[in-house]
Parts: sequence; C-alpha cells; structure tokens
Amino acid sequence: MMPESNVQTIRRIEAEPGASFWRDAWRRLRKNKLALFGLAVVVVLSALCFLEPLLCRYVIGYTYEQQDLALGPVPPCRAHWLGTDPLGRDLLARLLYGGRISLMVGLLGTAVSLTIGVIYGAVSGFVGGNLDALLMRAVDILYALPFTIFVILLMVFFGQDIRLLFVAIGAIEWLTMARIVRGQVMSLKQQEFIEAARALGLRPSRILLRHIIPNLLGPIIVYATLTVPEVILLESFLSFLGLGVQPPQSSWGVLIKEGAEMMEEYPWLLTYPALVMALTLFSLNFLGDGFRDALDVRASKD
Amino acid sequence: MPLLSVNNLSVSFDTRAGVARAVRDVSFQIEPGRTLGIVGESGSGKSVTCYSLMGLLPQPPGRIEAGQAVFDGVDLLHISRRQLNQIRGRRIAMVFQDPMTSLNPYLRVGDQLIEPLLIHQKITRASARKRALDLLDEVGIPDAAHRIGMYPHEFSGGMRQRVMIAMALITKPDLLIADEPTTALDVTVQAQILELMQKMRAELGMAVILISHDLGIVSGFCDHVIVMYAGRVMESARTEELFYQTRHPYTRALEKSIPALQAKGRELYTIAGGPPDPFHPLPGCPFAPRCDHAVDACAAAEAAPLEVAPAHLSACLRVQKENLQI
Repeated sequence: MMPESNVQTIRRIEAEPGASFWRDAWRRLRKNKLALFGLAVVVVLSALCFLEPLLCRYVIGYTYEQQDLALGPVPPCRAHWLGTDPLGRDLLARLLYGGRISLMVGLLGTAVSLTIGVIYGAVSGFVGGNLDALLMRAVDILYALPFTIFVILLMVFFGQDIRLLFVAIGAIEWLTMARIVRGQVMSLKQQEFIEAARALGLRPSRILLRHIIPNLLGPIIVYATLTVPEVILLESFLSFLGLGVQPPQSSWGVLIKEGAEMMEEYPWLLTYPALVMALTLFSLNFLGDGFRDALDVRASKD
Repeated sequence: MPLLSVNNLSVSFDTRAGVARAVRDVSFQIEPGRTLGIVGESGSGKSVTCYSLMGLLPQPPGRIEAGQAVFDGVDLLHISRRQLNQIRGRRIAMVFQDPMTSLNPYLRVGDQLIEPLLIHQKITRASARKRALDLLDEVGIPDAAHRIGMYPHEFSGGMRQRVMIAMALITKPDLLIADEPTTALDVTVQAQILELMQKMRAELGMAVILISHDLGIVSGFCDHVIVMYAGRVMESARTEELFYQTRHPYTRALEKSIPALQAKGRELYTIAGGPPDPFHPLPGCPFAPRCDHAVDACAAAEAAPLEVAPAHLSACLRVQKENLQI
C-alpha cells in the first residue's frame, strides 16, 4: 500500500488536467523526432525563402534576375555558392526566390482547397438528402472538366497573374477534399454520440462545428499535407506549359525544368533545386504524419 | 395531469423491401416523478417509440404516421425543431445503450458534461464546471477534479455510463428516458448503474422511462410496466400486478422464459417460433401464431388493449371476452 501522497503524485504525472487540446497535441508532437525534423526544415526553408530580398542584398550579393552574360554558367564556387545558369544568374538567389513562389502557391493553394473543400463536404454530408445529391453532382461535373483548359481560359480572360494561379489550383484541389470530408461526415453522423448531442438539444450548426469537425482533423490534416506537394508539382507543371510563373521570375518547378534540359552540361542546375524540393516534400509528409498522430487523442497512451 | 401522454403513436419505416410498421397504435402516460418500464424483445418497437419522442427518428426512412405525444401541454411530435431543442436536453434527457460510443472521443469529459448547461442556461463556464464536478462526485466518479479533464477513452464502460447519466441530469430534467442503459455493461456494473439511477431519481424527483428487455431490471425499478410485442402494447399494468396477476399470454411466456436458479438441469422454457415479419403484419393478434391459448378468433382480427382490471390493460381477446385465466 502506497502512502496517500505518493498516489497523488503518480496521478499528477499520468496526465495534466486543464491543459488544452492544442497543448496536449504539441506535447505529443514534440516526442516525434521525424515530425520535429520536418517542422524544423519547413520553418528554416520558409524563413530563408521569405527573407530572400534581404539575403540577396546583404549575403549573396546578387538578385534572382541579375544577369552576367560574360560569366555564363559556372559550377558552384566561392562567389556563387550553387553556381550560375547560362545567363550568369546566381542559382542560390533564384532558388530562394523560386522557393518563395512555390511555397506560397503550395500553402495558399492548399488553404484555399481546404477551406472550400471542408465547408462544402461537411455541409453536403451533414445535411444529406437532395442537397447532398445536388452538391455532389456539381463536384462530379467539375471533376470532368479538363483542368488545363480551365486554367488556360482563366489566364486568357484575366491575364497572367500569380494570384490567379492560387485560385485555379485551389479550385481544382478542393474537389477531392470535399469528397473525403463528405464521406467522413456521413459515417460520423451515424455515431451514437451525435445522436446523444441531438438528444441534448444542440443546434445542427453546433453539432457540426463542435462534434463532427474535430473528429475530422486527422484525415483533413493528412490530406492537406499531401496536397501541398501536389500543388507545388501542379504549379511546376503549369509553369512548364508557360501558364504559370513567367521569366525572369522562377519557381522550383521552373528551375527543375530548366535544369533537366541542361543536366548533361550543367548538372548543378538540376541537382540543387531537385534536392531542396525533395527535402521539402519529405519534411511536409513527416510533419503531416506527426500532426495526425498528435491530434488523435485516442492514439496517445502517454 | 400526466407529465407525458403518448396517444395512438404509429411509426413506419419506408424501406426498399416495403413498409415496416415498427410501432402501431401505442398509448401510455407517465405521471411526474414516476417510473415507467417498457419491455419487449428486439424489434418490438420500444426504442423507436422513444426515439420518436425525442425527435431522433431518421426521417426518411422513418415516418410518424399518427399520434400525439403531449409533454406538459405541447405535442412533441408536431413542434418545430427549434422548440424541440428547447425541451430536449433541458426538460427531457436521454441515456443511451452503449456508453462506449455515446461520448465524443475528441472532447474532454468535462467539456461534454457542461455542454447542455451552456446551451440551455445562462451560466458561466466556471460555475458550470463547478456543477459538473459536484455531479460527477454524486454519480460516483472518484477524484472528479482530476477526471474531468480526461478524454472518454480513459474511462471504463461503467464510468462512461455514469458520465452519460451525469450529462443527462445536469440540467435537472423532468423526464429521463433510459434506452437499455445497462445492456452493454457487466452484471455487477449494471446493478450499480441502476442503483445510481434510482438514487438520482429520488433526489431530483424526475420521472423515468426505462426501456429494457430484461424483466428483472424493470420489475426492480419501475412503478408501472408496458409489455410491447411487434410494435404493439400487449399489456400494461402496475409492476406488481403485471407479475402476480398477469393478463396476457405473451407476458406469461416471457416470465416463464426467465432462467431460475432452482430449476437447474431442466431445459429453459422458450417461446416457439419467431416474431412476426414487420413488413407483412398479420390481420389478427401478432402473438397468435406462437400463443398456447390462441383460438381462431385471435387470428381473425386484432384486439386493442382494453382495461381488464382497474389501470390494467390487456390486448388479449380471450382475456377481454372470456376473462381467461393465464
């Protein structure tokens, strides 16, 4: 038999009541080394990319568009840490500038698709019936539209604008999100705790926001982290077609495309952008897995 | 005046296989502070009856065909959702069968517990929390101050059912509907939960409708019992009278099916045959094909439950006509 005070101490250690849901999640995330690594990489890379104007000015000494035709392509050296391209532009500066575009497209595109997809899917699944049928047929129709034609039309009518890229990508990516969320909501709706919530006299909106959406966090976050790399790749695809980012601007997709064209002569032009992009995508995936585990209160046995 | 008066309730389900008539012409009353048991086998319509009262019936496929459920002057079946939300959770609360799935896994027990208070009453979070703590203590959850910050998966089945009961009682309702509250629990825990419900009922002076398929539980808990079969009321009487002066062959058959300790080694009595198909109701008494006392007249036309003794209803034709002793 343990003295009473020991029992009390042990209970305190088991769990800390009063800690918020997010604090608990953060505690669990910190235990996941891979996720922490991912988080660190994403934070550092984002910081570098978004500080690009300052870095170019004070550290690198070149801007992303500054040409030196006399210099031409040189391999990594003291003056140009990652080398230069055939127009003599500094690759590091271009990589950071491109990262800014790519990450912004990735994050904003995902945010747009997340917002539309979750609201649309949740309403569709929760209300059900005829509204659900109508909303989902609309999704089916949009799915059937060829993406490229949609983007070309957008660009032709509204001119080439990086903001339109977000809209275009978000408008495509939310469809899958809406379907996933709808399916989850429909199965959650059948759960007894939702019935219990209704029996307590909760309004439907409150049931949706407080009881259904939190239960969706896992699948939503996993899908969102998978969407970020997808969106980054989509952007590079559009840039490849000349619909996305226009030179002299760059993005990782553009850099990789250019590098691939010259990989035999100037391999560094492909290697570094590809490495940075791969590292980012890996990190985002690790981070996504970590988030999912951290937000699942049931999985935590600690 | 009764607290709740259900009159001629009929509920059907429109399915691909046809129309299933789950509840047919059910009537009952419950007075304030009293306990009513509804017994019957699976599919007899007892849960559907209560789900209809709470507005929890999925419509479609469910459909309330007829009837009224007058609670304190308002008909629960014909008021707006908004009005219903004012009543359920505040004046009528419900405890569900499976405590393992009735709590939201993503919400702390404390947050779920105070939810009905927050939406139905003007109350600060702090005082709601205080009330929740007191109530958790009262329903027998040790170390409530610590437990209130935990998640449902950290509770055992019995504990969760205690939480569910606390959640139902936190607004001090006038009527508690308990839908097989002990079916998913161990026998020892069952007794504790029933005892708890009895204690809370006495303390709050609320009325309780207990749905169960266990005659033993109902007989120990309720003042009045309704026996349902195939969506219909077979017999309705005060508990003692129902067991000692049974006036319906189905009730008698149920009583005989209870395993008795002293009858060790003997084969358990079972009712031959199975419950009727809800898609194709028989013209006569639904129990007639399985009834030892059935005559031709039983299968010809169905009999509505009639008073065969003071406050004692039976739907058996032969009891009504010939005063058959069972």
